[in-house]
Amino acid sequence: MSLLSDLVNLSLSDSTEKIIAEYIWIGGSGMDIRSKARTLPGPVSDPSKLPKWNYDGSSTGQAAGDDSEVILYPQAIFRDPFRRGNNILVMCDAYTPAGDPIPTNKRHNAAKIFSHPNVASEEPWYGIEQEYTLMQKDVNWPIGWPVGGFPGPQGPYYCGVGADKAIGRDIVDAHYKACIYAGIGISGVNGEVMPGQWEFQVGPVEGISAGDQVWVARYLLERITEISGVMVSFDPKPVPGDWNGAGAHCNYSTKTMRNDGGLAVIKKAIEKLQLKHKEHIAAYGEGNERRLTGKHETADINTFSWGVANRGASVRVGRDTEKEGKGYFEDRRPASNMDPYVVTSMIAETTILG
Amino acid sequence: MSLLTDLINLDLSDSTEKIIAEYIWVGGSGMDMRSKARTLPGPVTDPSELPKWNYDGSSTGQAPGEDSEVILYPQAIFKDPFRRGNNILVMCDAYTPAGEPIPTNKRHAAAEIFSNPDVVAEVPWYGIEQEYTLLQKDVNWPVGWPIGGFPGPQGPYYCSIGADKSFGRDIVDSHYKACLYAGINISGINGEVMPGQWEFQVGPSVGISAADEIWIARYILERITEIAGVVVSFDPKPIPGDWNGAGAHTNYSTKSMREEGGFEIIKKAIDKLGLRHKEHISAYGEGNERRLTGHHETADINTFKWGVANRGASIRVGRDTEKEGKGYFEDRRPASNMDPYIVTSMIAETTLLWNP
Repeated sequence: MSLLSDLVNLSLSDSTEKIIAEYIWIGGSGMDIRSKARTLPGPVSDPSKLPKWNYDGSSTGQAAGDDSEVILYPQAIFRDPFRRGNNILVMCDAYTPAGDPIPTNKRHNAAKIFSHPNVASEEPWYGIEQEYTLMQKDVNWPIGWPVGGFPGPQGPYYCGVGADKAIGRDIVDAHYKACIYAGIGISGVNGEVMPGQWEFQVGPVEGISAGDQVWVARYLLERITEISGVMVSFDPKPVPGDWNGAGAHCNYSTKTMRNDGGLAVIKKAIEKLQLKHKEHIAAYGEGNERRLTGKHETADINTFSWGVANRGASVRVGRDTEKEGKGYFEDRRPASNMDPYVVTSMIAETTILG
Repeated sequence: MSLLTDLINLDLSDSTEKIIAEYIWVGGSGMDMRSKARTLPGPVTDPSELPKWNYDGSSTGQAPGEDSEVILYPQAIFKDPFRRGNNILVMCDAYTPAGEPIPTNKRHAAAEIFSNPDVVAEVPWYGIEQEYTLLQKDVNWPVGWPIGGFPGPQGPYYCSIGADKSFGRDIVDSHYKACLYAGINISGINGEVMPGQWEFQVGPSVGISAADEIWIARYILERITEIAGVVVSFDPKPIPGDWNGAGAHTNYSTKSMREEGGFEIIKKAIDKLGLRHKEHISAYGEGNERRLTGHHETADINTFKWGVANRGASIRVGRDTEKEGKGYFEDRRPASNMDPYIVTSMIAETTLLWNP
């Protein structure tokens, strides 16, 4: 189909000033990502210059049929790695025609927390480690796993190489470059402990952008798996039993934590998180109880613990941070299907405003 | 086939001034598109400078064998996204040698309506939302659907992404860029509620050009599905049962509707459309009764009703228009297989020229 790819890859800049903007939003389940495209008269780099738009909320479980318009507010622009040229991706959030955030809009509240002066002055940084599992289409079984059976036990697969150990690398590598092209702060990738499972990291990114960038990175990932004919799962425990789950560890620091004397501030913050363990866990992703068992490098869901270099703890402080007396810490509790707007803003709220 | 692609993509501008013009017309069924190409001595940008041509009407159900010549009048030029360079696509309509529009030529009457001074003065704008379904070749079943079975129920597919929810995006995305390249005023695309169904929008375009652009966009779409080995269907209800149909919602406004006080003009126009509901429905596409059931975001075919933001109505007025007191409205009744020449000119005729 080489002629089709000629058309998909056509550079329009010689024919027209017009650009294509793909508006992206989160659907009614809180995890389904939706998008549609529109033509704009010329290049745009500032989200405030993009027009608001609307969509049929009755088709995404977000509005009734007789009052179906949901309004999209553009919030962040990224370059489109599929259409390239001056074409863009636009991360949006959703409002009623009256201007109220609809119930599934978690960005609005997060943005309020991040604009609180006490939070803004602390310049909160996030590094999110997004794990995910690639699944074969039609059979809902991880890629590379024999249908009707299992691969050999975990051990050889973490950061593995070779056709018998690393499956799906073309998706992961295409995603890495696509994210960098798009302007996402992707900081790395690695193959994970369970075969067919991978991880990418976004960060350090400040404030609300962390949520925006993780959502657009997820969008790019699912667009790429769509091209590959493979499915991506953000389920926190895709295969029960002696197989690792998938998390979204959230690394976090504030200005005072990053400065001298930061370690004491970190310890105070961890104490605050401990006091609100149940509230955080409730917001850290559906199905997390299947993952946080105390085994497979997790802490039990009912227990809050922290430690230096301890992957079996709820919160882990790196050896570097301990040694230098400043740095950041890692909240290992969030599941792979967490909403980054909720998690990042909640951590800021509990540790800075609590 | 890299040698074949090299040849298809050959840039002729270093070898010759000549260009290739693909003449396009609508065939005897009113939905089948036909085209053939000819060489011209140099680039042309004005349709009136293109030669008339003719074709064998007896092979398209448009003329008898013993008097088969049907004459093609060039009406609009677009850049050819397949041949690129200075090569062009030419939208034509069909006439007898005596100069009469043949019966299937719906453009001629539409052009007359659009040249009526009362219509011209109102600068009618159209935004047409063309829905369509992609079908697997040879089995007549939508792309992505298991043969002999069904996908999971509607819900996850509208504007979706992912290999289990979105089928045929490469066709849709190449069509988007090809149309922009060609000079069609394509304003957007989205995945539709039924899996394997998609939509593109053309507009706002003025008067007769809206329909010319829709026909060329349909032509480019079917040329692209031809490359992809997939079949495009404009049937308004390709799968019976709890699956959405396919429409061609037509958004419409006139100068007065777009100006202060426009909302009142809009309401008057809607009232007129309500009085001619049966006439419009009979011209809005074959098989529409299978689609306009009152379910699946449609209004029942025998009922005329309108509402703000109401996707279950015959006509929907957007919240923005209501709020600002001016704007446009959406006629949701036309089927995906409607003829845009008929629909656009009929809406203009009823709202601007007809009185009860």
